[in-house]
Amino acid sequence: MAENKYLIFLGCAIPYRVSAYEISARKVLQKLGVELVEMPEFNCCGLPLDPVSHEMMLILAARNLALAEQKGLNILTLCPGCAGTLKKVNKMLKEDKALREEINHHLKEAGLEFKGTVETKHIMQVLIEDVGLEKIKEAVVKPLTMLQVAEHNGCHILRPKEVIGFDDPEDPKTLKTLVEATGAICLDYMDETECCGAPSVGVSDKIALQLARDKLNHIKMVDAQAMITICPFCHIMYDTNELRIEKMFNETYGIPVLHYTQLLGLAMGIPPEELAFSDLRVDASKVLEQVMEGEK
Amino acid sequence: MSETLQKQIKASEMDPKFKYEIAKMHGGEKLMRCFQCGTCTSDCPVARFSETYRPRQIIRMAQLGLRERILNSDTLWLCASCFTCTDRCPQDVEVASVIRVLRNLAAEKGIVPQVFKEQASNILELGYAYKIPELRIKKRESLGLPPLPKGNPESIRKTLRGVGFLKYCEKQGG
Repeated sequence: MAENKYLIFLGCAIPYRVSAYEISARKVLQKLGVELVEMPEFNCCGLPLDPVSHEMMLILAARNLALAEQKGLNILTLCPGCAGTLKKVNKMLKEDKALREEINHHLKEAGLEFKGTVETKHIMQVLIEDVGLEKIKEAVVKPLTMLQVAEHNGCHILRPKEVIGFDDPEDPKTLKTLVEATGAICLDYMDETECCGAPSVGVSDKIALQLARDKLNHIKMVDAQAMITICPFCHIMYDTNELRIEKMFNETYGIPVLHYTQLLGLAMGIPPEELAFSDLRVDASKVLEQVMEGEK
Repeated sequence: MSETLQKQIKASEMDPKFKYEIAKMHGGEKLMRCFQCGTCTSDCPVARFSETYRPRQIIRMAQLGLRERILNSDTLWLCASCFTCTDRCPQDVEVASVIRVLRNLAAEKGIVPQVFKEQASNILELGYAYKIPELRIKKRESLGLPPLPKGNPESIRKTLRGVGFLKYCEKQGG
């Protein structure tokens, strides 16, 4: 398999309402020499249905994996939820013959078979493992040394540790390293690895928003100029919901929430209008002004 | 679904076979190892903001076999599946997965928040968990993005034939 060629897996949340992530990710990956191949038959990864039917999740995930196997290409996802699910199911089906046979019985109905021959990587993993930090640093032509930001990882790229095995969930370093590669200062803050609350939306919006608020409070306290995410769901919680949280709890944040790929794109000299900054709900113009001023 | 976790327990409610049933399912295998240390609850982000959601309590109730009480509880659906409890359990109980097993059992009886029924129906119909607006799909072109994968809902429905939960969805497998 060619090392830097992947089938891109979008999942549901990104095409639904987080296109800025996709736009900026495609731009950045292209510049870094990662080739993305489209796969018209991909469907939902299965994760949203795990709570109601583990079997359904397994079948949906295995179907995507079997399609990728037919193409003979590994999968790159932008969403940690999709990455976590496809990684987990791949591992489960490879290790458990009886389960594999059971799921393949379902896939056979659509002429598919899971063999266990492809891998799934989240974009962060592709950046650090395949592109490599050196190449990223070389691509940074406008170091963002004037910015101090706070990162937020998203649970499913870290946990369960035994399944994902990518970074240390208690002290994750990858995203920090990637943020620092842009030249920006990456701040430490309280409860950095805490969940954004997104999976509880629809069941208890109040609890979900309280979780998001807690995180925004911590980030405000360390004077972060922006928050950096690598998950579409986390981004919705902090960016789309920031105004709602401000109103609901009588708070003021005004903290823009950037997709990591937007931050990296800026540092790589890609103009902000090509990185879909206008898609963000929380105004990021102050950050952009500072970046532009920093140029002079 | 009224809140049922807090009421006094009666011996007649306990089904000693329940824990074995859970232990047979993927992710439920280590339920019986829990010694109630409470690491899961003290590390749970949802428990910090919920008056009722306590993973340790749900695990104990599952061990005791309080089937109806658990399966009819709203609280069961509050878990955000962050897997912090699973990663930190000193006994290797996959707490978040046990909760998922319990939710699956509730869902088999049709006890499930509306949001999941909607998402399942969307996947069967469109291949995606959400109804992505036509406008967004069309807009992709002007944004310079490749067409959205159409998915193959028919193939999805074929593979999902026989899945029990689908009887609660508008569109069904097969």
